[in-house]
Amino acid sequence: MSNKILTSEQSEFQAFCKSWLKENRPKAHPVPLPQAAYEVTDPSHLTYLSEWQAKCYEAGLIASDLPKVYGGHGMTGCQQIASNEVRAANVPYFINWIGLGMAVPTLLECGTEDQKTTFLPPIFSAEHIWCQGFSEPGAGSDLASLQTSAVKEGDQWVINGSKVWTSLGHFAQYMLLLARQDKDNKYGGITYFLAPMDQPGVTVKPIHKMTGESGFNEVFLEDAIVGDHLRVGEVGDGWKVAMATLTSERGAGVGVGAVASESPTLVMQQLIQLAKDTVRNGKSVWDDPVWRDRIMKVYERTEASFYNSRRARIKPLNGGAMRIPLQGKLTGSEIGQSLHQIALGILGLKSSLYVGDPQAPANGKWPLGYMNTYTGTISGGSSEIQRNILGERVLGLPKTK
Amino acid sequence: MSTPKDFGFNEDINMLKDTYARFLSEQGTIETLRPSLKGTEDPYHGSSREAFFDTNNWQQTVALGMHAVAIPEAQGGIGMGLVAATAIAEEIGRHALATPLSNTLLATFLLRETNTEAANDLLEAMAEGLTVGLGIYGETGDLDPNITDVECHNALLSGQTWYVTDAQKCDTLIVSAKSSAGVDLFRVDMNAPTVSLTADKIVDLTRDQAHISLNQTEAIPLTVDGAGASALIAALPALLTLTAADIAGAAEWQLQATTEYAKVREQFDRPIGFFQAVKHPIVDMMIATDETRSLVYQAAAAYDFDREDAARCAFLAKSSASDTAEFCANRSTQLHGGIGFTWEADIQIYHKRQMHSQFLFGDGVWQRQQLAALL
Repeated sequence: MSNKILTSEQSEFQAFCKSWLKENRPKAHPVPLPQAAYEVTDPSHLTYLSEWQAKCYEAGLIASDLPKVYGGHGMTGCQQIASNEVRAANVPYFINWIGLGMAVPTLLECGTEDQKTTFLPPIFSAEHIWCQGFSEPGAGSDLASLQTSAVKEGDQWVINGSKVWTSLGHFAQYMLLLARQDKDNKYGGITYFLAPMDQPGVTVKPIHKMTGESGFNEVFLEDAIVGDHLRVGEVGDGWKVAMATLTSERGAGVGVGAVASESPTLVMQQLIQLAKDTVRNGKSVWDDPVWRDRIMKVYERTEASFYNSRRARIKPLNGGAMRIPLQGKLTGSEIGQSLHQIALGILGLKSSLYVGDPQAPANGKWPLGYMNTYTGTISGGSSEIQRNILGERVLGLPKTK
Repeated sequence: MSTPKDFGFNEDINMLKDTYARFLSEQGTIETLRPSLKGTEDPYHGSSREAFFDTNNWQQTVALGMHAVAIPEAQGGIGMGLVAATAIAEEIGRHALATPLSNTLLATFLLRETNTEAANDLLEAMAEGLTVGLGIYGETGDLDPNITDVECHNALLSGQTWYVTDAQKCDTLIVSAKSSAGVDLFRVDMNAPTVSLTADKIVDLTRDQAHISLNQTEAIPLTVDGAGASALIAALPALLTLTAADIAGAAEWQLQATTEYAKVREQFDRPIGFFQAVKHPIVDMMIATDETRSLVYQAAAAYDFDREDAARCAFLAKSSASDTAEFCANRSTQLHGGIGFTWEADIQIYHKRQMHSQFLFGDGVWQRQQLAALL
């Protein structure tokens, strides 16, 4: 039936993606990759993953539907197909996930023609790695209280302040930067910039997370310089532009093929297998009705997410254009967390064995993955903020502010 | 095989859904129901509640052809599938409607799985507007096609069938009965003198329910040689999906009603929806409702287009729906505060319908047991 819906160009492209991914799957890196793009710190991983992304881009799996003038491949209705095939093929993730997932949709929506033609192609090819400079030590969930200052001097801006939780900051050439040009105007005093990272005014210092990994950083901006041509949107329109970025981050954006980690469907399959393979108190965990019920509850939610994203595209059934897409980040991250919590429960005391322990099941994947799920439930607006957004923007409840 | 990317919701089905939704919104169904509830409030002394049957609504439903949507064309119906029937069931739930249409849709899919002349005759009569009920539960209320408290001897049925939903609205009963050959399905005329109906006093104010005694009752076999149980198993995905759709529709109503109330009810100088302790659980109602709806549409599409996957998808849908029924009913009453706890609030009517629907054709735990066995 699904073939009835696809055009001949699309079915051909789908077949191409399948065979290309099969033939071009890269050899495994000698050092295992971290679980997600935002945890990468090893420079040899960066090289390996950048080459892989560039290859996928050349093949048309990234920026499939974008116009050629922006470095796209000019196809129609093919990105979704490519992204689904990439996920299904279980190949390495794309390192430049902030570039693809946030910078691209922001530039497409709010950037100048010049910015689009200059910056988009090297994002697709992973020549330029991007990071995001939104959060500050004093501005997390209340993002608009950010204090980093931007002062105009001639045709450039001088930036002072600090950013935090900056994933990939240690590799990035550019940062999506929010800075304040007006201290007396909370929302209207913010401007959005594309800030070059390779300059003396920028210092990147890694932060070790609870997992021990250091995929994210503090970034100190001391008289950092950003040309006025690198401003996105008007002066004072930064909050509006930031909303375009965050909408993409929360799963509602245009999509150019960002795939940053394992799909929930795959993790779900692994979880069922784990329950079948794990023997506790003399019997398979899968045969324990209490565990089965817990596993089936989260299975039900992963399936629901999958069919939610299908329903989101069907106008008469979706309850409004943003209703389902804006749930994606919240439900995806909470389902991911439940999956991992259940995995730890299945393993019992074995879940104490961490990455590097020779006895650790799946080399400590489950406890590591569990701790990393908090990236999903906290970053990009915590689950609590997501519930505010959904209540206000979708249901029209009064603003908490 | 796979299911269509639009869940099979074509133009015809969208139009059908709109037509039926418009019809119901003009009927004002809860206001129609209300007078029948007067004087029945007191559970200890109140007069017993008459089953509510809006015959006018039913006649118009038949005139619109809604009852015949899934009846095959050869039997005088429209010949559409479960996707269409599900669209209608969702609207029934949204309006908390007491209608023989629910049973008509369920029975249609059960009869479509029997392939006998007698079943086709019954479908033809249903296409003319005959109303039916399902007597498929034993006294325990467990959903097991092999369990029935009715026995068949010499083509006569004796025993009791339990938890017959909307029994007082039906002319005919489809009942499962055991003989030496196994479980078969039979057609029984509700007006036969050997049939006696005892109304159950139930929580749900929108439906009625009864247990029915048969005593040497003449019946027409709808299946033979013990094929009744397998017909029930084959139709089960459809029965689950239709019930889950009813729940999804009611849950959406609960979500919208609670949202609107949170916008207008003021406490501490603000609408209560301002407070995150109210806002966040309303969002959780939306998330639960959306998950259920997507699983329901997928289950309907699987039944029509990918039958091998239909059981899995239906268990998923009813598992989600049962839990959503419980959760949305619970939050809608809690967030309405005192008013939601009163008889005059419609919130309680939906709450009690959901309490009933949650357990029809198996609750969430049961669905998940069946589901896990498939994986």
